[in-house]
Amino acid sequence: MGSSLGGSRLLRWLLPAFTGLVVAFLFAPIVVMIIFSFNNPRGHQNITWQGFTLDNYLNVWSRPDITDPMVTSLTIAIVSTVVATIFGTLIALSLTRYEFRGRGLMNLLIFIPMTAPEIILGASLLTLWVALGTGRGLPTILVAHIMFNISYVVVTVRARLIGFNRSLEEAGMDLYANERTTFWRVTFPLIFPGILAAALLAFALSIDDYVITLFSAGHTVTFPLWVYGASRIGIPPEVNALGTVFFLIAFVFIAVQIWAQRRGGREAEGPAVATVASR
Amino acid sequence: MPRTRRRLTPYLLLLPGTAWLVLFFAVPMGYMLVMSLQQGSLSEGYHLTWNWGIYPDIAVKYGNLFLRSVSFALATTVLTLAIGYPMAYTIAFYGGRLKNALLLVVIMPFFVSFVIRTLNWRMVLSDNGLVFGTLKDAGLLDQSFRFLATPASVIFGLTYNFLPFMVLPLFVALEKIDRRMIEAAADLYASRAQAFWRITFQLSLPGVVAGSLLTFIPAVGDFINADIIGARSPDVAMIGNVIQRLFLNSNDFPAAAALGFVLVAGTMLLVGVYTRIVGTDRLTS
Repeated sequence: MGSSLGGSRLLRWLLPAFTGLVVAFLFAPIVVMIIFSFNNPRGHQNITWQGFTLDNYLNVWSRPDITDPMVTSLTIAIVSTVVATIFGTLIALSLTRYEFRGRGLMNLLIFIPMTAPEIILGASLLTLWVALGTGRGLPTILVAHIMFNISYVVVTVRARLIGFNRSLEEAGMDLYANERTTFWRVTFPLIFPGILAAALLAFALSIDDYVITLFSAGHTVTFPLWVYGASRIGIPPEVNALGTVFFLIAFVFIAVQIWAQRRGGREAEGPAVATVASR
Repeated sequence: MPRTRRRLTPYLLLLPGTAWLVLFFAVPMGYMLVMSLQQGSLSEGYHLTWNWGIYPDIAVKYGNLFLRSVSFALATTVLTLAIGYPMAYTIAFYGGRLKNALLLVVIMPFFVSFVIRTLNWRMVLSDNGLVFGTLKDAGLLDQSFRFLATPASVIFGLTYNFLPFMVLPLFVALEKIDRRMIEAAADLYASRAQAFWRITFQLSLPGVVAGSLLTFIPAVGDFINADIIGARSPDVAMIGNVIQRLFLNSNDFPAAAALGFVLVAGTMLLVGVYTRIVGTDRLTS
């Protein structure tokens, strides 16, 4: 007994220490990114520390070679998010509230795009564009982004719908609300947080996508494509500055979510937010 | 009338999204198979000649690349499991009220773009960078030492980038375990190690399987890590690098499509086995 107790004490110390180390490992490139966003490199070699400057943050906005791809990426992210969120929410509603034939097939059609390697989604779309003789550019990128976002929206909204209390809708109907009124006054407000989470996820996936975009882009340059191209030799310090800005936005967003969670005591949309991670 | 409308409602709701997925996901997947069986060139056009011979051809030509991709992805899966399991366990069992907050902290670095994160790793790990440059200056490493462009470096990048895919399903599975089961094992004189292996680990197996699948599949098809951290070295090129090059640089569409189809078929096989185990409804919930 004594040894197992000792083991448990060791574990209780070892496990959090290990976890702390892994967190440090996860944050390492982020810390480097933040530090080097203030670097003042000579030439394009942003590899060693040369001196502190805020120029990287101030110059970004006056460089069209950076802002143009950013505008392109934002446009794509906004449009694909809106369309995919509508399409995906409708599918989620259908899957959770109706019985119909072909459900298993439907589940597969949603699941496979999330698990297939991204390069396959991109490459197979390219074969379609080639076969159709379509030029590649903004419209083809949009088609691709809507396609890969639908599944994530379905999964996120569906999670919210499964935990949904149907008796609230019945109460609405009992009070002589018709189906349409019940939907917009009861159902929609209740599932809205799920829809919002899904939209944020879709936006984040779209704005960061490199692999799938690459195959549908043609000569259109999105922000990730620009970063990739600009970093052949070293990372332009402006890239780290922008990365830091995005990270701060995400940080504030997460802090607010944790704060809201602690107040509301609700379960996190953990897995949903987490999916952003991987890309 | 209302009854027919009710019966049609689920299909009407499904229609726009499903049509999109069929047109731009399912059809291209099928078309990739068709394209792999065509012959010709980009300038003269491709014709369907049912050239099944392409498959043995690419097996000979790229077989070693498939092997390398699979072994890199396997190594990545094992490493993420070894790193992710203790981590998910700690958060699930010792996280207390901070559980969800801790989970968000873990995934926070991944809000920075995939490309930017990986580029910064390349800088940190470069020959004269923060880590190895310092070690070389201190005389602890030979000046000719190189980490970038080695298989280890690519596996390192893959492990870093796909770790959350392992941690999250593991966390979900561990979190669900009824603690009373473990107490019961202790009451029945199981040692802590026995209780862990026979109760906790067994019950977390669905998470282990899901996490391994979600790590292995994107890792096996990845080309970014081999491109950036692998420094485009042919010695560490993965199957994704070849697919990308054949499609976008050399325009050898049939060979690229064949490689893509093999990759899809392989992953679908894995997913198929997994679906058999968990059922289709569990897939999207």
